Amino acid sequence: MAIQKNNLKCNIAGIESINPFWLASAPPTDKYINVVRAFQAGWGGVVWKTLGEDPAVVNVSSRYGIHKNRNHIVGMNNIELISDRPLQTNLDEIIRVRKEWPNRVIIGSMMAVIEERAWKELAIKIAATGVQGLELNLGCPHGMCERGMGSAIGQVPEMVEKVTRWVKDVVDIPVFTKLTPNITNILWSAEAAQKGGCDAVALINTVNSITSVDLDKMAPTPTVDGKGTHGGYCGTAVKPIALNMVAEIKRNTDTKDLKISAIGGIETWKDAAEFIALGAHGLQVCTAAMLYGFRIIDDMIAGLSAWMDEKGYKSLDDFRGLAIANTVDWNDLNMNFDSKAKIDQDSCIECGRCHIACEDTSHQAITFDVSADGKRTFTVIDDECVGCNLCQHVCPVPACIEMVEVDNGLGYMNWSNNPLNPMNK
Amino acid sequence: MALSKNEIEGNFKDLHKPLNPQQALEESDRCLYCYDAPCIQACPTSIDIPTFIHQIRSDNSKGAALTILAENIMGGSCARVCPTEVLCQEACVLNTSHQQAVEIGLLQRHAVDELMEKSSQYPFQRAESTGKTIAIIGAGPAGLSCAHRLALLGHDVTIYEAKDKAGGLNEYGLAQYKMTDDYAQREVDFIKKIGGISIKNNQKLGVSISLEALKESYDAVFIGIGLTSTYSLGLENEQLLGVEDAVDFIERIRQSQDKSKLKVGKNVVVIGAGNTAIDAAVQAKKLGAKNVSLVYRRGQEHMSATQYEINLAKSNDIIIKTWSAPIKIKGKKKVKAVKFAQTKIKDKTLQMTNKSYQIKTDHLLKAIGQKLDNSSLATLKTDKGKITVDENYQTSSAGVFAGGDAIQSGEDLTVQAVEDGKQAAIAIDKYLNGEG
Repeated sequence: MAIQKNNLKCNIAGIESINPFWLASAPPTDKYINVVRAFQAGWGGVVWKTLGEDPAVVNVSSRYGIHKNRNHIVGMNNIELISDRPLQTNLDEIIRVRKEWPNRVIIGSMMAVIEERAWKELAIKIAATGVQGLELNLGCPHGMCERGMGSAIGQVPEMVEKVTRWVKDVVDIPVFTKLTPNITNILWSAEAAQKGGCDAVALINTVNSITSVDLDKMAPTPTVDGKGTHGGYCGTAVKPIALNMVAEIKRNTDTKDLKISAIGGIETWKDAAEFIALGAHGLQVCTAAMLYGFRIIDDMIAGLSAWMDEKGYKSLDDFRGLAIANTVDWNDLNMNFDSKAKIDQDSCIECGRCHIACEDTSHQAITFDVSADGKRTFTVIDDECVGCNLCQHVCPVPACIEMVEVDNGLGYMNWSNNPLNPMNK
Repeated sequence: MALSKNEIEGNFKDLHKPLNPQQALEESDRCLYCYDAPCIQACPTSIDIPTFIHQIRSDNSKGAALTILAENIMGGSCARVCPTEVLCQEACVLNTSHQQAVEIGLLQRHAVDELMEKSSQYPFQRAESTGKTIAIIGAGPAGLSCAHRLALLGHDVTIYEAKDKAGGLNEYGLAQYKMTDDYAQREVDFIKKIGGISIKNNQKLGVSISLEALKESYDAVFIGIGLTSTYSLGLENEQLLGVEDAVDFIERIRQSQDKSKLKVGKNVVVIGAGNTAIDAAVQAKKLGAKNVSLVYRRGQEHMSATQYEINLAKSNDIIIKTWSAPIKIKGKKKVKAVKFAQTKIKDKTLQMTNKSYQIKTDHLLKAIGQKLDNSSLATLKTDKGKITVDENYQTSSAGVFAGGDAIQSGEDLTVQAVEDGKQAAIAIDKYLNGEG
């Protein structure tokens, strides 16, 4: 069981939590036993698997598809629907866990058709269990959307606003509106949720996807009786998408004060720190726990806390959003800044990956020489190197290729003040 | 106490267990996919190693096997017997960062075994028949490799083999634990599947066939006879019972159906320092010899056996004695002991000192090298005990080519013999087309 750290205590949209790590609404939070095991392991809170009106949905077999990079799962998708157990069973279990674990957070996730009555009745029933907040699932991109729920609502800003307002009208606990990334501009839904009066937005929900095609069955995976369907993609592969959407909301004048419960590929304490650096208040994890078990919380807590101590951050507030000031539009980047790749010949193991990457796909800036005794030497031609840093990424040796800043004597100049910009003529 | 039949059988199992599919995937994942990789340069047959490993990783083991076999038709046996620690795996760049080299040999075996065991289709197709015929003398790695490439190019090949099985040293000259079961024969069968190759066994050069007659009857001849004579110690009593050539001992082991019935001494002495000496010493121990000493006239650093082989000997409790030269074999009917003089280097030459000692033995194995039997090659030029060839593997006699251990190409290794056979076949093809 994870050892809790005082510096990770936090407040997320008015909800106190012993740490920022919650389990997202998904199979790991489906039942009493799962949630209790999560709390025993040290998770600060859970968002209970989405509840709907009875009759409960029926799920299919199988439910998961994976995307592997060689031997590692980098992404997973699922075609599971919301909780397939009767509403009252879930509500009774939530009441029981709330009693047994008073210092942990339970958020009730909910979903209904686009009817005021349905949202209000369900919200009241769930709030009555003593959950500390509600999360509106407007993001599920498979199955539920075909019934007019999930992303079918989340993709229409007017509906996002309306649903948020309906629920806020009838409960007095914080309401998190969960957003779908399957839209063209995350700001439209974030602004709508804000207008509807949400206390926080939770994002991202899963990304619409087909993870693979079974070439024998000639069907997408997971395959159900010979057929497959698109599902919700999650896992470490979606982290970059989630980071960008969180940053977009935090950089936008109208939405920058929205509290964010960040979701999307968080697997390690570093991932968590990055989301907080971009302004997130809380974090939700799912896939990593599904792949490795709840024990991953140990290092999330220990790692984040130790890094904060090292950096001198006393609380999450101390570094929350610090990276936002440095997240700018491309047009604000300094076009006069220059750097060149430098290969440390002592640590180079002569694999040639930098050379072939540069030679075939970039700027022909790394030479390849073989001496009489067979030693292979790779050297950067400074005049040809544009500082793209592809070589640095393909190099298998840590810190062997360094990007060295060039002092060219030129000051800051961005596209807005560049004479080449036709707008400046 | 003598070892039981089960113990002996256990001792002769595969030294390196083959990789299972998961191990192969994990090991292939360690390859950095180097550009113009050093491992390719280090392979005498120039197998595109990063490509075949990448193919294993992409779940294309059959493609991996084809990449290997296209350059080295005996990729399966080379994967087992190559001293990879001084070839491809020594060149692996992971060594540079103090990581263990990729297990190239095991990955190669995995790919080729998959193809040979699971693929129903033969992966090569012969070119249209040229009507040309080639005689090959010796069905060892050089001859078989040459035959396969010639057959691929549309020529018809007859191989004359002195022994009653094809395979050469793969069949007769390897430690059993390096290549188990009937792999040598299965590989021969795989090579023959291309068509256009017939093997005539028990055809010894100078006895039932002659070079001149073959030259007459065929459009070209390739000689891949290896080194079949052994050196003698030049001492009295070498004919005593219990004195044996290490290569004969190794052959007896490989050809026996029941190793518990093989004769091995209690106190075995092996004289020599190459991989053959180690094959003999380790196998003597595995058969149940109580004490096995390997004696060499120079220092351990001069031994031609690879470090891997030396370590294998040590881990099998072989006593390695260096700086000792045999000066007397003692015994009447049977060998009883060998007397050694201690040696040293003086004025850059190896000299015996007057200090000596003796080792009691009932089984003395000589592993001091093999040489070319040139008794039936009288017309061919030789140089330093090897058949002289030009850059096209052609001997001093037009239309007669040679390769493998019988010529001086690279090291005397299976993989070098395969490369010689392949390159000689390409040269023969050109010769037959009038380009040679």
